[in-house]
Amino acid sequence: MTGGTEVTAADMSEKTSGTGAIDMSVDLAGMRLPNPLMTASGCAANGRELHRFFDIAQLGAFVTKTVLAEPRSGRGTPRMAETPSGMLNSIGLQGPGIAEFARGDLVWLKSVGARVLVSIAGNTAGEYAEVAAVLRESPAFDAVVGVEVNISCPNVANRGLVFACDPLSSAKVVALVREELPRDIPIFAKLSPDVTDIVEIARACVKAGADGLTMINTLLAMVIDTERLRPQVAGVTGGLSGPAIRPVAVRAVWQVRAAMIEGRMRMVQIIGVGGVRTGDDALQLVAAGASAIQVGTATFNDPTAPLRVNRELAAALQHKGFARFSDAVGIAHTRLDQR
Amino acid sequence: MSGASRQSPPLERTPQVTGELIATRRIGAYHHLTFVAPGVAEMARPGQFVAMAVGGDTSANLLRRCFSIHKVSPSGTHGGTVEVVVAARGPGTRWLTDLSTHSEVSIIGPLGRGFPVPTDPVPCVLVGGGYGSAPLFWLAEVLRERGCHVEMVLGAATQDRLFGVVEARRAAAGVTVTTDDGSMGIKGWVSAVLPDVISRCGADVVYWCGPMAMLKSVTDIASAHGAVAQVAVEESMACGIGVCMTCVMPVKGEDGLTRMARSCVEGPVFQGDRIRWEAFENGGCRVPEDAFGAAAMRGH
Repeated sequence: MTGGTEVTAADMSEKTSGTGAIDMSVDLAGMRLPNPLMTASGCAANGRELHRFFDIAQLGAFVTKTVLAEPRSGRGTPRMAETPSGMLNSIGLQGPGIAEFARGDLVWLKSVGARVLVSIAGNTAGEYAEVAAVLRESPAFDAVVGVEVNISCPNVANRGLVFACDPLSSAKVVALVREELPRDIPIFAKLSPDVTDIVEIARACVKAGADGLTMINTLLAMVIDTERLRPQVAGVTGGLSGPAIRPVAVRAVWQVRAAMIEGRMRMVQIIGVGGVRTGDDALQLVAAGASAIQVGTATFNDPTAPLRVNRELAAALQHKGFARFSDAVGIAHTRLDQR
Repeated sequence: MSGASRQSPPLERTPQVTGELIATRRIGAYHHLTFVAPGVAEMARPGQFVAMAVGGDTSANLLRRCFSIHKVSPSGTHGGTVEVVVAARGPGTRWLTDLSTHSEVSIIGPLGRGFPVPTDPVPCVLVGGGYGSAPLFWLAEVLRERGCHVEMVLGAATQDRLFGVVEARRAAAGVTVTTDDGSMGIKGWVSAVLPDVISRCGADVVYWCGPMAMLKSVTDIASAHGAVAQVAVEESMACGIGVCMTCVMPVKGEDGLTRMARSCVEGPVFQGDRIRWEAFENGGCRVPEDAFGAAAMRGH
């Protein structure tokens, strides 16, 4: 059994960066994190459960389950199906609502010393702003290192079309959330890969005030139960996640980073997420342009995966001769003619 | 920005260990597996479960498989051991049952809330459907240590799908066996014999572990006889540790409010009359309209 030892922030950055010989720290849109590894929204609940396996203050940041204005029961069951190297889920954003989150979960997260990236959503652009406004008033708001805007929600005001599939809707949400939060709290728009041109959405979000981007959310997918010949999950369709979608995430991060390098949009930092299971997986996203990494579905297989991936990533970077994590971000773009 | 000040007391961590398979034995339609799993056995209570990773480090089956703990021996010659009973039904369970001894498996546990044990030495009936009976023998032992009179009812479709009939005769004062086809014991379902067994011993508590389909009738029979039903549910889980939110079911809290409760951390044992049975239909479960947060689902 572990636990019980007091760990200072200084010890922590050394401990979590492997041998201490490589600097894994990252400045993420103005917030200093001891390492680039995070949980992924919806794959770690709100902290207490994973804290039974490791000290979540060792993470670069803890990413909370998307919270909306009101408490939500989530959908009926079945809510998931296992798929090759992944899974399909249709939870329906079950959660306590922002008021309870702000005075309960967030306060607890602060009490254990976690740095928190809060994921928010709404049924309308106005609801996103309302959620941000309540969050800002939390007694534990100083534990927040950023807000991740989950724009993969159906927009009630636009015939249920997902915000993230429309540049105007995405921009409106980001602009309204930006207005509600202090300047020094960075906001990250979490993009869906289910679009024709992800660069167009990325550009709209950054123009509207996003300090960074999280890529990617799950892919819309479906499984049929062949015994009953009907959809496997109660929500009919669901989000596909896990190592199966990793190449899609690498492609999306690559495309947006390339657009930034080419001057087609402003350069902002990208948090890479999608199918990361090992340090080598994380390194792909980093080399494509990600400045931080979230581990999602792999946590179901190994609850300590985010910390393990950090150790493996540090070892891989060190093995390749890097002195700092940040030197590897986007490096694959400089090596196109070295194939 | 959060600081380094840390006030909360150290939390008890859940063991995540590499278990070594030291015995694998076929019993009827099932496999009985014994693992050396240091740290797991010492903390476990009857009704809790373990979550096992399947297929090795690069497995395409990412989700852990959860098994009720059949038995633990905290101080075996190799260290603490944990025993589970597995039915090979899919790729994950087939991988586990095909393992040869000395294979290594990642094991997390003990997980979930086990069976509550009465403080007074009251009569109890333990009912198991199929290999759902696996945790009941250990529970019987714990109950008898408390001075409880223990009766067992084991039921299954056929004789080869019963688990632990011999063990039950050692663990309980009375054992009743039923099979759907009459290949062993009384022909019929456990629900046919349960009322008599409860009346005969004047049971205050009925424990059930087995297929979801029977949970409601066991709960109803217990209630009709003035007994409390404690039921272990089998809802499909992706993680087993409370983070994925897939294994939920509508459960009424002490405040009377129904919530979509995670069976892995809030269960797997629930008081039977707290579960909203009417919401289960067609192999799934809908959210009752009066459930906490159901109103907000009308948007999407």
